[in-house]
Amino acid sequence: MTVMRFSVPKNAGPSTVDEPTIEKETRSKEDVDLPWQVVVHNDPVNLMSYVTMVFQRVFGYPREKAERHMLEVHHNERSILWSGMRERGELYVQQLHGYLLLATLEKAG
Amino acid sequence: MEICRLNNEIEISELDPFLAELLRQIPASTDPEGVSAAERRLFSPPADPSETEICAEWKLYVKPELRRLFQTATETVAADLEQLRGNEKAFANRTLRIPSKHAEAWLSALNQARLVIAAKYDFTDGELCDHYRSPIGSRRDLSLFQVNFYGFLQEFILRELDGWDKRSED
Repeated sequence: MTVMRFSVPKNAGPSTVDEPTIEKETRSKEDVDLPWQVVVHNDPVNLMSYVTMVFQRVFGYPREKAERHMLEVHHNERSILWSGMRERGELYVQQLHGYLLLATLEKAG
Repeated sequence: MEICRLNNEIEISELDPFLAELLRQIPASTDPEGVSAAERRLFSPPADPSETEICAEWKLYVKPELRRLFQTATETVAADLEQLRGNEKAFANRTLRIPSKHAEAWLSALNQARLVIAAKYDFTDGELCDHYRSPIGSRRDLSLFQVNFYGFLQEFILRELDGWDKRSED
């Protein structure tokens, strides 16, 4: 089983409520607002059955949905597997690379 | 060569010396050392280079983690392949047993090896789909056979993993 390291959520910790702290904003407004996409790119070496299995494992997709995405990658060179917040997308890309798929994180739109 | 599942193992039997040698070459074949195309393929960028922050963090934190992950899988496979060393006659057929708990490591190592070899020889899509190319007349032909042989093993392991998953759900 592939073991990936996940970072502890920032809100994890004691249940008591402390004074709110204002975090220094390190990302532009555009980064926060724009959803990000996890894109998988075609690779003629990876087996189709292997890619399907990885999509099932990483995204929890049922086989039919995983196969649809796999075929989209195969025929259209790429498929958008997921979109949402950047940190989650980074974890997905990391998992996909752990399975040796060609995956990138891209800004939507 | 015969391949089948026996309880919680995959058994590859009737392995002739040629195929046994190809199996023994899996760990060495995963090493991208000295082949920049292979290194780039195993550690492909996580985003467009213009996303400098993502790429910099990746290089610092994720890439070493991936390297360790791949290496662990390769070491597991190398340990299983110790079964193919021994005092038997050099030309006798051999048997290899892969525990089901090592199946993921085998999938990873076989994939690493296939990607590295394919990057090294820059095989075309047509070559990769030519599963019946023969005879083997060059190092390139042999490497293509190796990629396809490893792919066959991957397919079998995937099918067995699917079966194990279904049985564990029941």
